[in-house]
Amino acid sequence: MTILSTFKAAALAAGIAFTIALPAAHADEQYFPLQSYRVGPYAAGGTGFFGGFIDYLNLINTRDGGVNGVKLTWSEAETQYEVERGVEAYERLKSNPNVAAWNPLSVGIAYAMIDRITADTVPLITINHGRTDSSDGRVFPYVFPLLLNPYSETSGIVNYIASKEGGLESLKGKKIAVLYHGSPYGKETIPIYELLAQKYGFELQQIEVPHPGNEQQSQWLAIRRAKPDYVVLRGWGVMNPVALKTAAKTGFPVDHIIGNVWSNSEEDAIPAGEAAKGYTAITTQASGAEYPVVQEIVKTIYDAGKGNLEDKKRIGSVYHNLGIVNGILNVEAIRIAQAKFGKRTLTGDEVRWGFEHLQLDPARVEALGAKGLFHSINVTWDNHEGNGYVTFQQWDGAKWNVVSDWIAPDWALLRPIIEKSSKAYAAEKGIKLRTAEDAETATN
Amino acid sequence: MADFDWLFFIEVLVGGLLSGVMYSLVAIGFVLIYKTSGVLNFAQGAMLLFAALTFVSLTERGISFPLAFIITFGVMVFLGVAIERTVLRPLTNKPPITLFMATLGLSYVIEGAAQLLWGTQIHGLDLGIEDLPFDVGGVYISQFDIFAAVVAAGMVALLSLFFRYTRIGLGFRAVADDQFAAIAVGLRLPWIWATVWAAAGVVALVAGLLWSARVGVQFSLSLIVLKALPVLVLGGFDSILGAIVGGLLIGASEKLAEVYIGEYFGGGIEGWFAYVIALAFLLVRPSGLFGQKLVERV
Repeated sequence: MTILSTFKAAALAAGIAFTIALPAAHADEQYFPLQSYRVGPYAAGGTGFFGGFIDYLNLINTRDGGVNGVKLTWSEAETQYEVERGVEAYERLKSNPNVAAWNPLSVGIAYAMIDRITADTVPLITINHGRTDSSDGRVFPYVFPLLLNPYSETSGIVNYIASKEGGLESLKGKKIAVLYHGSPYGKETIPIYELLAQKYGFELQQIEVPHPGNEQQSQWLAIRRAKPDYVVLRGWGVMNPVALKTAAKTGFPVDHIIGNVWSNSEEDAIPAGEAAKGYTAITTQASGAEYPVVQEIVKTIYDAGKGNLEDKKRIGSVYHNLGIVNGILNVEAIRIAQAKFGKRTLTGDEVRWGFEHLQLDPARVEALGAKGLFHSINVTWDNHEGNGYVTFQQWDGAKWNVVSDWIAPDWALLRPIIEKSSKAYAAEKGIKLRTAEDAETATN
Repeated sequence: MADFDWLFFIEVLVGGLLSGVMYSLVAIGFVLIYKTSGVLNFAQGAMLLFAALTFVSLTERGISFPLAFIITFGVMVFLGVAIERTVLRPLTNKPPITLFMATLGLSYVIEGAAQLLWGTQIHGLDLGIEDLPFDVGGVYISQFDIFAAVVAAGMVALLSLFFRYTRIGLGFRAVADDQFAAIAVGLRLPWIWATVWAAAGVVALVAGLLWSARVGVQFSLSLIVLKALPVLVLGGFDSILGAIVGGLLIGASEKLAEVYIGEYFGGGIEGWFAYVIALAFLLVRPSGLFGQKLVERV
């Protein structure tokens, strides 16, 4: 470690918020408050994601001079992935001017922020996670679970298993076990797996692993006794490598374990060593550094010594690429909103409008240098997820390799369930459903 | 009972017992310190993380496995002695709760220092022992678990020999029996405490390596202490034998409970079931199975 990085880490370890780029002080700047987590149990994911996000913002500033001349700025507050710290960071950072959007990458912090950001009219981005029913923009105008919500993830995984078995009809009579983290996050997909099991006729066994998941002997013995055809791993943190190790220990074939979107990183596979070879997991963004946008980040940012990752070997890792894709989506939302409201600093509500028109087809994704990195997105005023496609990667012992085409979840099946839940939330909170007309206006 | 799958029951039981050995490895570190100083060292998990992270970081920098082990051994001895000198000695004669709070704070300091020194990245650790099952009459048993059990047995044997036949070990036992009497006959209490903390550091190294080989070298290693606490309540805070027996009982009962009654509670009960047993034991036998009964005259 260099002396500089040691000092930086020291500041982090002490829980001191530090500033990478000063918050916007001028009118032609757009500010991102980052509730990051670079120390604590989830630091590996936090450093990768926020590293990728910052690298992309840096690329836009360095290469393009900002978004149509509007410089992007940001500052970080350490949360250690803890909800109370995340909320405290929110209260501290929100006073900075020109806030574009919040990106906490934490289910707990995001839940705690929904009422606050709604009152403050600033978008909250929960890429690949968050409340499933926040996909309904009629009820949650400022929350955007971009690319993938937990229900779509479930549908994508079931569709992938079906593709391996010869089609959805072939699922009839199959056995699928879901091993889920004992938390609200882990339990969120229980009803949708039950629904899909009923619809496609597969036998389902859902097994809880108590937090943090560093012991799973009994769960895997139960799995061995049930002899499922596939196990879906809906894990988090240490639970994932332990699941893979214990599966090997109890003789379950690793190539029949399918990981969810928070069980799909290098940090989940590497600690499991040989036991992870052949493990497959869903993702919305492929890993690897060969994509033009990642190469540009390497050339423009890292070669200039301005990269955010301390370890360059992590460039193109799952979390780093997720951060880059998150950066692309945030920047493009601002660009789209600028096309309507003017090439200037935008209000949070105007950026919300930009997200609600965030339509990037494969051609636009290619133009952004991200062909193959992610498929496309089509956010509308009432669909805040944006119909993201998923793909599947297999671990070869050293890296992930894409092993499927882009797969579409069954959005038509899921939407009524999502609406039922969001309407119940609206009724409970006394929220009036928004209309397309309401969504078109933005406060400046 | 005719339909009862006895083979599966035995497999769950054996798996639980072997998991319990892993808990015992952590619990032994607690016992060493509690026995001599009456301190519940909450930092034992952080020490375990620090040891594993140091070891794996050294090997990743090209240092050979044996040399990395020796260096980490030295680091853990130094850490143990440093803790005694800088934290415990100034707090001598303070109430137990003060000492406990000091170790609680210490755990955060060690965790922060570990990440400060070696970074936050997650590492794999391969000890060269395959974690694959072998079939014993239809029951799958993990090779790695057997290895861990042998290591635990070896460590207990070494500690027993150390405490029975070495001068410092005898001093340790004297302090454990009666601190004031030990001081009265001229034993140097700080020196014994420093040695015990160093020994706890070495135990943390062994436990850290075994746990890391299973879960990876990552921050959550420090949470392993939560697995050791019910073991200590059950076996007694001041008995190495208690730590072993407690670990076996907790490991076996939580696995059997998860498999056979877990579904009636919605599953995922083993995390708290161990504490149910510990609480029940506290009510009927507060000093645990092998712990010394504390009698105070007032």
